[in-house]
Amino acid sequence: MLLIDCPYCGKRPEVEFHCGGEAHIARPESPIEMADADWGSFLYYRTNPKGLHAERWLHGHGCGRWFNALRDTVSDAFVATYEMGKPRPEVSPATAKA
Amino acid sequence: MSQPFRLASGGRIDRTRPLSVTFNGKRLEGFAGDTIASMLIASGQHLAGRSFKYHRPRGILSHGSDEPSALLSVDWRADRGPGRRDPNNRASVVEARDGLVVDTQNHWPSLETDIGAVNDLLSPVFVAGFYYKTFMWPRKFWDKVYEPVIRRAAGLGEAPKVPDADRYSNRHAHCDVLVVGAGPAGLAAALAASADGTRRVILADEGCEPGGALLNDVTSSVGGTPAMEWVAESLATLDARENVVVLPRTTVFGYYNHNHVCMVERVSDHIADAPEGMARERLWQVRAGEVVLATGSHERPLVFENNDRPGIMLAESVRSFVNRWAALPGNDLVVATSSASAYRTALDAKAAGMKVSIVDIRLETDCGPEFAAAREAGIEVRTGHTVIRALGKKRVSGLVVAKIGSGGGIGEKTTLTCDCVAMSGGWTPSVHLFSQSRGKLAFDPELDAFLPGTSVQAERSAGACRGVYDLAAVVADGAKAGGGSAAPEATASFTGFQPVRVLPTDADASRVKAFVDFQNDVTAKDIKLAVREGFESIEHVKRYTTTGMATDQGKTSNMNALGLVAGILDRPLPAVGTTTFRPPYTPVTFGALIGPARDELFDPVRKTPIDGWAAKNGAVFEPVALWRRARYFPKAGEDMAAAVARETRAVRTNVGIFDASTLGKIEVVGPDAAEFMNRIYTNAWLKLKTGGCRYGLMLREDGFVYDDGVVARLAEDRFHVTTTTGGAPRVLRHMEDYLQTEWPDLDVFLTSITEQWAVIALQGPKARQVLEPFVSEIDLSEAAFPHMTVKTGYVCGVPCRLFRVSFTGELGFEVNVPADYGEAVWKTLYEEGQKHGITPYGTEAMHVLRAEVGYIVVGQETDGTVTPDDLGLSGLVSKVKPDFVGKRSLARPDMVAADRRQLVGLLTRNPGEVLDEGAQVVDDPSQPIPMKMVGHVTSSYASSNCGRSIAMAMIDGGRERIGETVFVTTPAGFTEATISNAVFYEVKGETADA
Repeated sequence: MLLIDCPYCGKRPEVEFHCGGEAHIARPESPIEMADADWGSFLYYRTNPKGLHAERWLHGHGCGRWFNALRDTVSDAFVATYEMGKPRPEVSPATAKA
Repeated sequence: MSQPFRLASGGRIDRTRPLSVTFNGKRLEGFAGDTIASMLIASGQHLAGRSFKYHRPRGILSHGSDEPSALLSVDWRADRGPGRRDPNNRASVVEARDGLVVDTQNHWPSLETDIGAVNDLLSPVFVAGFYYKTFMWPRKFWDKVYEPVIRRAAGLGEAPKVPDADRYSNRHAHCDVLVVGAGPAGLAAALAASADGTRRVILADEGCEPGGALLNDVTSSVGGTPAMEWVAESLATLDARENVVVLPRTTVFGYYNHNHVCMVERVSDHIADAPEGMARERLWQVRAGEVVLATGSHERPLVFENNDRPGIMLAESVRSFVNRWAALPGNDLVVATSSASAYRTALDAKAAGMKVSIVDIRLETDCGPEFAAAREAGIEVRTGHTVIRALGKKRVSGLVVAKIGSGGGIGEKTTLTCDCVAMSGGWTPSVHLFSQSRGKLAFDPELDAFLPGTSVQAERSAGACRGVYDLAAVVADGAKAGGGSAAPEATASFTGFQPVRVLPTDADASRVKAFVDFQNDVTAKDIKLAVREGFESIEHVKRYTTTGMATDQGKTSNMNALGLVAGILDRPLPAVGTTTFRPPYTPVTFGALIGPARDELFDPVRKTPIDGWAAKNGAVFEPVALWRRARYFPKAGEDMAAAVARETRAVRTNVGIFDASTLGKIEVVGPDAAEFMNRIYTNAWLKLKTGGCRYGLMLREDGFVYDDGVVARLAEDRFHVTTTTGGAPRVLRHMEDYLQTEWPDLDVFLTSITEQWAVIALQGPKARQVLEPFVSEIDLSEAAFPHMTVKTGYVCGVPCRLFRVSFTGELGFEVNVPADYGEAVWKTLYEEGQKHGITPYGTEAMHVLRAEVGYIVVGQETDGTVTPDDLGLSGLVSKVKPDFVGKRSLARPDMVAADRRQLVGLLTRNPGEVLDEGAQVVDDPSQPIPMKMVGHVTSSYASSNCGRSIAMAMIDGGRERIGETVFVTTPAGFTEATISNAVFYEVKGETADA
C-alpha cells in the first residue's frame, strides 16, 4: 500500500485517499459562451501520460482536503504533493526516477 | 506407532515431554519440538500422501515450508467441535502437540491402497496441456464428465465445509528495520541494527524456533562457540534490547509498496491448552523504514526416473531430521549430489549411525575439500556418476547408478541398495520477497541463480538469499546489512555445485517419469513436450504444464524447469526469463486475511435512533446503503403485499408515521451560502426566503441528475440540505470538491448533520392532529405554516426543526429532533396517534406512495444518463442563472434531442399484473431478435390506493407517446401495457401540490 504525503497531514496510507483525476483543469469562467466542442473537451478529454501525471487527490478519511500530486504512472511513485492552487512543481527526471 | 528410528540422544526435542497425535486414525508418538514429518520419520514411515495427478505414493521431501508432497488435512482442535480443520498443511511445518488429528489426502480408499493410482498407468494420456487438449468436445461432456470426474480425480485436500470456528486477529506496526529470517544472516543483521538502541527492529522468522539452517548444524561454530549456542546468546541479547521485537512462527508473505510488509503469525496452533477465544493467527501489517531480507535458499532436487519415491529427500532435509530431530530417515543412505553441501549430510548421517555412500555427478577434480573429508570418514564416493532410476514403490529400495563416460555415454550400471536417498542439485536463493518488492533480478552464471539486482524499495538482501553460502561470509553479510562493521568468526562451509537439469540416462525418455514439479506432477517429459509444441517463454511453459503453479509456487522446481527449457532451446537461461513471484510466499488462511471482519463485523450496520422501536414492533428490515431500514411492519398473518397495502391505505385515509432519519443532511453555512447553493443546484436560491423550502435538483457537470432533496433556508446564511439516503457522502464530497478547488473564494462551511437529527415523518390527512398537542412556539395552521416551509420550535419540549413537506402527496410534516430524543418523540407521537388510527410504515410503502403521485427516486428512475427534462423536471432548472454545475452540458445537441428516453407511466392491460423493475420494453414483440428496445421499467408496484398495478418507465420519446401500447418482457414472455402519465393517484383534501 502506498504512502501518500498529504500536504496538511503528512504521510498516510493510500486507503485514506481518493483520486479525483487530472489536475490543473480549471472550470471555465463562462461555460455558456463556449462552443460545444470546447465544452466537450473540457468535460471528457484528459491526458494519459506515461510518466509524471498531475492529479487531484482528496484526503477523504483524514483532513477532508483536496490537494494536487505528481505521480509517476509507470512506477506509481508519488513524486510531489502540493496545495490546491499552487503551480505544478518542476521535477527533474532524475528526481522522478527516485 | 513407536519410534524405532529415534536416536537416544541429541536433537532439539524434549524427551521429557512425550506427546501423541492421531495420524490416519492411528496413534503417532513423538516429543515436544517435533513436527508431524519428524514424528513420521522417527516411526519409520515416509509414505505421507498421494500425488496430484497420478496418485503416486509420495513421502517427505523437505524439512521446511518448501515441502511439496507431504500435505495433510489437520483438525487442530477436534475436541472443540467442527470448523477447526484445514487442508494442505505441510507435514514439515505442522508443530506436533497432543490432540492434533491429521489425515493424508487425495486417495481412496486408503493411503496405502489408492484406486486413483491407475492414473499412473494412464499417464501417457495425461500429457502436458491435457485439459486444454481434452476438455473441448463433445460439449455435453463439459459438465457430465470433465468437471465432475476427471478434474475431481486430480486434487489436493478437501476444502472445509463449515464456517471457521477460530478467531483471527490483526495488528499494524511500524519499525525502522524489519529483518526477515532469523538464520545466521538475519540474526547478525538484527544484532547490528539494534545495537545502538536508536532504531526499532522487528525480526520475523517463519520457523517455530529462530536459527534457520543453524538448527540443522552440529559441527559449525560462530564466534568461537557452537553455532546454536551463538544463536541462543544472540536471542538473549535481542530479547534484552527494548527496541527489538522477535517474532517466531511469523511468515512474511507479502512485500508491497513503500515497505508495507504483511506477515502472518501462528499464535496458538502449537499450544495444547490454548484458552478458548485466543486468536489462532494474527495478520501483521508492518510499515518498515528499511527491510533486510535474510530469507535463505532452497535446495534443488535432482531430476531422474522415479525421483519422487518415498524415502528420497533433499540432502539438507536428511541432515535436518538427523541433527535437529534425532530421527534417522533410514538405515542405508545414498547421497546423490552435484553439490558440495550434501557431503555435510553424509558426514553427519554417518556420525549418527547410518550406512552412507555418495554418488556425485561431478568429477573428482571439480570437488572441493568435501571430497577428502568424506574419504577420511570412510565414506565410499562415486564421482562422475549419474542416477538412472530409483527402485521401490511405496519406499525407495535402491538406486541404479552408472558412470558417465568421457563422451557423455552411460557406463556399466550398479544397483545400490538403500532405504533413503539424500539428493542435492545445488541451491536456489529465495528471492521471492525481493521480487515482490519489484526489485529486478540478475542472473549469475557462476552461481547458476537469479540474484537480487536493482532495488526499487528501501531493502537489501543478506546471506544465502543473495547467493552467499559460506557461513562466515553469511554472518558478515548479515552484520553489514544491519549497519554493523564487525562480525564474529565462523566455520567455513562446503559450498559450490555443478548445475544439472536432468541427470544423464540411457533410458527411453518418452517412458521415464522424472519429476520436476512434485506438487503438480510435472515431469521433465511434460516440459520437453511443451517446448516441442512451441511454448518458449517460461511464462507460457509454466501455464501450459502447470509447473511451479502449485501451492508451493515451485520453490524446489522453478530453476530445474527453467534450466531444462533453456537447455532444450539452447539459449542462455536469462533469455528464457524467470517467472514473477507473487504474494503469498506460502499459503495464508482466509481467516488471517479477513481477521475480525466477518459475520456482524463484516460490514458495519448503521441504525437509526428509532431502530430499536421498529425491531420491537416487528419490522422487517432491508439494507439501504449501509443503513438498515424498516421495510414494512407486518401484522399477524400478513405477507409483504398485505402489509404494504394496509400501510399505504392508512396514509391516505388517516395518518402514517415513518422513520426518515437516514436521509442525508448537510448544513451549508456562511455569508456566501446562497451563492454556493445557486452554483451547485439547478434551482434559483437567492430569492428563497428564510423559512422557505425548495425541492433541489443537483447535476453533475455533464448535465445528468446526481441527487435531489428538499432544502430549507433556516437563516440568511444557513441552509439545511437533505440528500438521498445513499447519496449523502458523495453529495458532500461533490460540494466540497467545488468549494475547495473551483470556488475557494466563497466563504462557506459544509457540515454533515445526517446523524445529528432524527427525522420522523407524519403523513396523511390527520398528521396535524397527531402533532398539534406537542408543538410549542410553532403555529401549525395552513395559513401560518404552508406546504414547503420550515419552522424551528419545540416538539415534546425538544428543540425541533419542523418541515412542512410531503413525499406522499398528503399533508405531511417531517419532525427533526436531536438524535438522542428521536425514539422518545416517536413513541409520544405514536401513542397520541392511536386516537387517529396512526400506522407505522416502512420503505416499501414509502416507495409505493411516492410512485402513486409520480415522485421520482434518484438512482431508481435515474441511472446517471438522465437529464432533468427526461424526468419532466425542466421547471426546476433555472433559465435565468447564467451558470450552475451542469448547465452548459444541458445545451449540448444530444441532451436536447427529441427522442431521448423520458419518464412516463405504464399501465398493464391486466390491472393485477405487476411488472418487473428493469424489464425491457419493445414496440413489437414479434420482431426478429435482436429486438429494438425502446425503454425499461424503473419502478413497479401493486397499488392498493389505485386499485391496480402501477409502473414508471423510461421510454424513447415517451411523453409524445401517451396512450400508445407497448410490450414489456416478463419471465413468461411479453405482456401488454399502455403508456400513461406518471401520476397515478389524485390526492383528495389538503394536498401537497409541490
